[in-house]
Amino acid sequence: MAKAPVSLESLLDRFGPHPAYTPPGGWQDESRNPAERLVKTHCCFCGQQCGIQLKVRRNQVIGFEPWEEFPFNHGMLCPKGVKRYMQGGHPDRLLDPLMRIPQGFRTATWDESLDFTANRLKEVQEKYGKDSVAIYGGASLISEKSYLLGKFARVALGTRHIDYNGRLCMVSAGTAYKLAFGVDRSPLPWADILKAQVVLVAGANVAECAPITTDYLWRCRDAGGKLIIIDPRMTPICRNADVYLPVRPGTDMALYMGLLHVILRDGLERRDFIATHTTGFEQVAESVRAWDPRTAAEKTGVPPESIERVAHLFAKADRVIALHARGVEHQSKGVENCLALINLCLATGNIGREGAGCAMITGQGNGQGGREHGQKCDQLPGQRSINDPEARAHTAKVWGISPDEIPQAGYSAVEIMEAIHRGEIKALLSCCFNPLVSLPDAKFTQEALEKLEFFGVVDFFMSETAHHADVVLAGSLQEEEEGIGCTNEGRVIHIQKAVDPPGNAKGDSWIYVELAKRLGKGRFFPYTSTRGIYDELREASRGGHADYYGITYEKIDKNMGIFWPCPSLDHPGTPRLFEDGRSFHPDGKHHFLVTEWRESGDPVSVEFPIYLTTGRVVSQYLSGTQTRRIGVLVDQYPNPRLEIHPRLAEQYQINDGDWVTVTSRRNDMTLQAMVVKTIRPDTVFIPYHWAGKRSANRLTHRTLDPRSKIPEFKVSACQLKKAEGPPDWALASNGNGNKSEPRRGKA
Amino acid sequence: MHGYEFYVDPSRCIGCQSCVEACVECETHRGMSMINFDFIDRQGTTATAAYVCWHCEEPTCAMVCPADAIKKGDDGIVHSSLKPRCIGCSNCVLACPFGIPKIFPEYEQMMKCDMCYDRTSVGKKPMCATVCPSQALSYVRPEEIAKRREKPTNVFQFGNQKIVTRVHMMVPAETDAVSLDVLDYMWEESYVAFSQPQ
Repeated sequence: MAKAPVSLESLLDRFGPHPAYTPPGGWQDESRNPAERLVKTHCCFCGQQCGIQLKVRRNQVIGFEPWEEFPFNHGMLCPKGVKRYMQGGHPDRLLDPLMRIPQGFRTATWDESLDFTANRLKEVQEKYGKDSVAIYGGASLISEKSYLLGKFARVALGTRHIDYNGRLCMVSAGTAYKLAFGVDRSPLPWADILKAQVVLVAGANVAECAPITTDYLWRCRDAGGKLIIIDPRMTPICRNADVYLPVRPGTDMALYMGLLHVILRDGLERRDFIATHTTGFEQVAESVRAWDPRTAAEKTGVPPESIERVAHLFAKADRVIALHARGVEHQSKGVENCLALINLCLATGNIGREGAGCAMITGQGNGQGGREHGQKCDQLPGQRSINDPEARAHTAKVWGISPDEIPQAGYSAVEIMEAIHRGEIKALLSCCFNPLVSLPDAKFTQEALEKLEFFGVVDFFMSETAHHADVVLAGSLQEEEEGIGCTNEGRVIHIQKAVDPPGNAKGDSWIYVELAKRLGKGRFFPYTSTRGIYDELREASRGGHADYYGITYEKIDKNMGIFWPCPSLDHPGTPRLFEDGRSFHPDGKHHFLVTEWRESGDPVSVEFPIYLTTGRVVSQYLSGTQTRRIGVLVDQYPNPRLEIHPRLAEQYQINDGDWVTVTSRRNDMTLQAMVVKTIRPDTVFIPYHWAGKRSANRLTHRTLDPRSKIPEFKVSACQLKKAEGPPDWALASNGNGNKSEPRRGKA
Repeated sequence: MHGYEFYVDPSRCIGCQSCVEACVECETHRGMSMINFDFIDRQGTTATAAYVCWHCEEPTCAMVCPADAIKKGDDGIVHSSLKPRCIGCSNCVLACPFGIPKIFPEYEQMMKCDMCYDRTSVGKKPMCATVCPSQALSYVRPEEIAKRREKPTNVFQFGNQKIVTRVHMMVPAETDAVSLDVLDYMWEESYVAFSQPQ
């Protein structure tokens, strides 16, 4: 049984999150000594993976120095990047393997904990079959680890079920780009944004979730570029938008179809481009005929005049870039939303040229690289399909097994949790994933975790999910193993090892190799370093779409990153895709695809009349396992708050700071209102970084996009009620993790 | 850094507070931030503003200091109070028209932004302007700033006090100086603005 062994309070007391405010060695003491080394590497806290230099002294990261030469961010950082160095020496850091006992967790040796883990996995598989074990991975892992997890699941365990938390992030965009272009990558480097005449930003809170991209937008505007923003909330960058479209949650596709309607009605499409480079245009043109501006306006809440204006801005410019993120992708029609936006770009000939195209703003630390080399349930390394016999043969050869031994496609992340809940999957080994906070419908996730017969976790901090584990293997931070990542531009970057893992913690890759040995598959995992894994990854990706063969660590260092595909050692890489006019589809064409309107999986009703949408704040990252431990980031936004428009607040007599109970069809939560005019009055917003009773995912639902299997985090229905007073969590001293030490001289 | 100037542009600020946190890392005042950061009116807008010291040509803080503890260097940088002289009286805090100086009680001293003297003196940009992701704080050459939609000014009118600063504020292209008094924008009063003897 995987119920948490002791009370939540005692687990939080021992393992945190405790917010730390001072660097290793204190502000005035040891850490004042000069760094021994400056390590040029990258931030771990979003898909942009900014260049940063870590100050290292005595095997500890003691601070940072901007890396101004790195071409993506020129030294710029958001507050998460500034404080990322505070994790290595953090008092909550797991320094030994832990095993569950009735009193909580006890420390164990590596031999004991690894033997136990391998034996339990074997026992479960012998009793219930290979596929009764699932592997969870994470998109914040370096690509070597992602690759290793994919191989571990399929070769060491022989299970079909491996998926990762990128399922909650990039899969709608990835699926759409594969359908339209045959490849899953932003087709352009970020420098192209500077050359665009119009940039449309759809469902992307750039200022808080990809802050450095703001610099690109502002530089584009300085050169005369126009900025169009589509969002139910006026995010910080909206203040400088030329046009702001306050779309109703879940109706983005209707807006894009309305825009295409106007473009075709007014004959502004690029007929020659469409004829030469695309297929499927006629069907799409037919499908938007009904979406006149008035119809689109009624569905989306955006004025028809704005739709007309944006359609003309978009179609009359020579170079347009459409940027999109989770706002359009976290929907049960996330793939179609992306496709409808791609249709706009194709109809106006905006692809494969400098300053023109569409791009997804990848969210997670290695969001692009983490999904390319085999930890997705349906993919093999190099972005190959697991159903493709040629891909299976190629991968099997690199792995030294027969193609038949590679399992077929398995369940996606949410489907794995559902299979656990219904008893089909009995054991789970999870790394870099905190599903109790990040999956929708948290109560369901908790029930599922409690049903597991074995649950193992590899992590550097005790996440809320790890409370349920039988064994917690103390793993490594990003800066504790060498490897590569791939940024939202498609730029492959080099993550340097800055320090060794502290105490008895080990590199994640070592842990999986040791487990493979204990599962009797050691001969397939002969690695002594992550460099060995990378060399195999290069071979495994060779000839695939995400071809890394020509990219070496040294070549990355010399060129400040290399864009894939890069098929040979003398190949310079590919910053911009489709410049030869060809897509990655066998026919070389870009594919228009018809999108069909349908309602959200959790529609508003008389009983649940208000839209709920969720997202991030700038000072926190994903489920908060890392950033809820860094004091100043906690202080910047300590608890979730309910953003609500004064007009809606007035209906419920809610004032700024009042406690409000938000109830969905799943569960409820009580939090403080933040009455702001920057959100639609039919919508409320809650950030999702917290656990337990502060978790926004208590309220969200498990409806998935049928193709990408992404949950619909951005559209739920809810009702509001003013609460009598603060809930338990706000009154408890340690329930909210804010047991803080005083900060020195906080201004 | 020779040829570089500091520019503040609240219209580009995204409120991330990267500057606040980076300032804390500075070698000369570790653990303390010298950035002034405000949510202007969060109920009404996402507008935020981050400011450094404006480094006035004739610093009000120094003028009102009874202990002669605040000095401006030849390079135009106005420094924190001199510890042996500072009596912690807060005159400077009250007098600065921009609200920059702060008293740190545990050190019994006024401390403020010195434009990262330790960094600029060795050819680096100030920390806040290096990390700022949105050009709200910039340390660049004037020819670089000339490419912006807005233009810089360093003349501020506070009532009858005209202040010229080392740090520039980015303002709409048609503006020459920033005044905070409605009188200065009225036709009847237009002869008053900027023509007062100082």
